[in-house]
Amino acid sequence: MTEAILSIRDLKTHFQTQAAGFLGEKKVIKAVDGVSFDIAPGEVLSLVGESGCGKSTVGRTLTHLEKSTAGQALFDGQDILTLSPAQFRPLRRDIQMIFQDPFASLNPRLTIEQTLGEPLFIHGLAKNWAEARVLIAETLDLVGMAPEVMTRHPHEFSGGQRQRIGIARVMILKPKLVIADEAVSALDVSIQAQVLNLIKKLQRDSGISMLFISHDLGVVRHISDRVAVMYQGEIVEMGTKHEIFENPQHAYTRKLLSAIPRIKTRQVNA
Amino acid sequence: MALLEVENLHIAVSVGGVLQPVVRGISFTVDDNETLGIVGESGCGKSMTSLAIMGLLEGTPVRITDGSIRYDGTELLQLSSKQRRAIMGNRMAMIFQEPMTSLNPVYRIGDQIIESLRQHKSISKKAARARAIELLDLVRIPNPSERVDSFPHQMSGGQRQRVMIAMALSCDPKLLIADEPTTALDVTVQKEVLELMSDLQERTGTAIIIISHDLGVIAETCDKVSVMYRGKIVEAGTTENLFERLAHPYTRGLLNSIPVVDHDVEWLEAIPGRVPTLGEELSGCAFHPRCPIATGLCIAKTPGDTYIAGNHAVKCHYADQVAS
Repeated sequence: MTEAILSIRDLKTHFQTQAAGFLGEKKVIKAVDGVSFDIAPGEVLSLVGESGCGKSTVGRTLTHLEKSTAGQALFDGQDILTLSPAQFRPLRRDIQMIFQDPFASLNPRLTIEQTLGEPLFIHGLAKNWAEARVLIAETLDLVGMAPEVMTRHPHEFSGGQRQRIGIARVMILKPKLVIADEAVSALDVSIQAQVLNLIKKLQRDSGISMLFISHDLGVVRHISDRVAVMYQGEIVEMGTKHEIFENPQHAYTRKLLSAIPRIKTRQVNA
Repeated sequence: MALLEVENLHIAVSVGGVLQPVVRGISFTVDDNETLGIVGESGCGKSMTSLAIMGLLEGTPVRITDGSIRYDGTELLQLSSKQRRAIMGNRMAMIFQEPMTSLNPVYRIGDQIIESLRQHKSISKKAARARAIELLDLVRIPNPSERVDSFPHQMSGGQRQRVMIAMALSCDPKLLIADEPTTALDVTVQKEVLELMSDLQERTGTAIIIISHDLGVIAETCDKVSVMYRGKIVEAGTTENLFERLAHPYTRGLLNSIPVVDHDVEWLEAIPGRVPTLGEELSGCAFHPRCPIATGLCIAKTPGDTYIAGNHAVKCHYADQVAS
């Protein structure tokens, strides 16, 4: 087997809650409690589960948005959990994140050009705006948007277009690993399909590895190579897409699959 | 005469003094013991329709510009707001999408149910409390006699949505409108809430309107379906007829956009383009810019209803072709 690009062993992220009242006891919430998995180069692994299962915390811990309690996360052979913020900064180019809410994750005061240019200068990928604009136009084209949009602000775009811009901001850095946290959940069904196709195509063409975090089993089946089902901070079942969807072993996986409303029609994706 | 009859309803929102239409002449009926699903994407007018029926548009920039809404034969649009309030929450009730924001965080859930009971029925506090406990039991909240004193933050999302249902059911409404009742919930909880609603219907004969963006939810729970696009019902019929022969390119596109869990699809057949914005003027069929089979006719002429089977109505010039 090829060497994994990301290898996580026994990852734990625990939170201390505020004491309830003056004399209340502090509680520890074990959001992520001993999670291990590998992602191979070019592979898409999905973390699927219901709210509160810890799937988002895994992604946030890997990008240093939360602090891990224990465990290891080897990225390109280096444990990224123990790095200082300064040591982690150059790696932020390689590990990028797509967020759920296209309305909250773009700075409303920056033009699209500024939004996409900023990471280029931070990571030294462009020396001046002329260079940056070439890269920005290329990347906008990649996500199906015209270069004319560069001078516009986020409020001028629909949810689907904003999510394309969010994806462009990630792709422009040519990362090695993309963590997508509910990347299509806020979109209308017809737009969700467009963006999902786009993510799948970009992933295939560029060979990026991806950790795809979602609660939607249909979306997960569509995008993943392998799937890990999380429940209460742990992975209860992990396997290839076909193992999970066609022959689920764990009772929780079966429960999840059977809870999805089905449409009986003669014309399924004809 | 059906319990609720909506006829040629037009709704517009006033933007800077100009009325922009959001609902453009829709008609449907719901009867006792029947569940109608209204499905569509954001901005199609489905939520505006439910707010109009409930009379919740007062004091907003949204106006009902034409049409009629009759409940049990009474024209609701001509009632005074006082007469209207006697029906709202009493004979028709609504469940909103966000159980977190539609419950008052500083009152115990029992007190909130009691308030709605005492608003409409002359019953003692003690009897109202007993009824509240009974309702919590009905929506399967464990230990209802203790949980009646819980605050909303002490309950899970699914439990809060069940409290909302309990509150909506408090006065035995004849009509229940549920606007995205399970969208904020996990799938396993969604299943429980939907089952609960259909159980309640079986027991009480309530008419239900479910408004949702999720075709799956609609297909599994409703007797009949209306698909909305840009303020119009573009396809309507019994759930069985409609899903047996989808006859509008939009409904088809919507279905093909959904990634399914039961088999593999390499690329989703997404609907191109985007959902039209409020002020955009579109001639003919409003779906034509996104439609794979649109012709000059679709740009020039607004399609009327074509009937496929029985009451399966489709607003598409090429409905017969799409259905076959």
